[in-house]
Amino acid sequence: MGNGTSIGRVRGLGSAHHGAHHWLVQRFTAIGNVVLMSWLLVSLVLMGDFGHSNVAKWLSQPLPATAMILLVTSLFWHARLGLQVLIEDYLHEAGTKFAAIAALNLVTIGGGAFGIFSVAALAFGRTV
Amino acid sequence: MLVSILHRATGDGLAVVGLGVLLWWLGALASGPEAYATFQSAMGSIPGMIVLIGLSWAFFTHMMSGLRHFVLDIGAGYELDTNRMWSIASPIIAIVFTAAFWAAILLR
Repeated sequence: MGNGTSIGRVRGLGSAHHGAHHWLVQRFTAIGNVVLMSWLLVSLVLMGDFGHSNVAKWLSQPLPATAMILLVTSLFWHARLGLQVLIEDYLHEAGTKFAAIAALNLVTIGGGAFGIFSVAALAFGRTV
Repeated sequence: MLVSILHRATGDGLAVVGLGVLLWWLGALASGPEAYATFQSAMGSIPGMIVLIGLSWAFFTHMMSGLRHFVLDIGAGYELDTNRMWSIASPIIAIVFTAAFWAAILLR
């Protein structure tokens, strides 16, 4: 670490070099969320009947099932990135931060998997 | 300042409560009519409706401040008047969207 120019003082302290990637993916998933949430909200308005058979029939069709799986993926990915920033902003002790990020990964990947499996189970006709 | 706090608060609320409700909905759909009836009676109750309306408000608020971020990201909208105008307009537009969404759901 130098003590000369401003770039010299920070050179080598290094970021993880993943900041730009995190920032970009946060925005890519945000676009996905806007598009797919618009689809979901319009679908809900047009649905009218929120009974089990009607909603299950709708969601087991190929297009709604695909869109819902993509929505679950995009939402959970976006939420994982957002909650990571929350953790990094408020937890400063390395061990606590590591544990929180690890727990976040388990919950978001587990939750996303559960959502995708539920849609797939409907689409492939496990129930009804 | 307020928009920034709202963006984080609504985002975290959606991530924790919103995704929970989404998973409950999808899981109940896949589990069958009985589980789905439990979900429906919970969401149809007064506290359930408050949660759903709150989530829709949080979604539209987060979406509007997020779209505002997109504009700022491309380097536009930093003039003081413009910036101030959109920081006030974003949460107001979100409330209008929330009202319009529930009007569309309930009045059709």
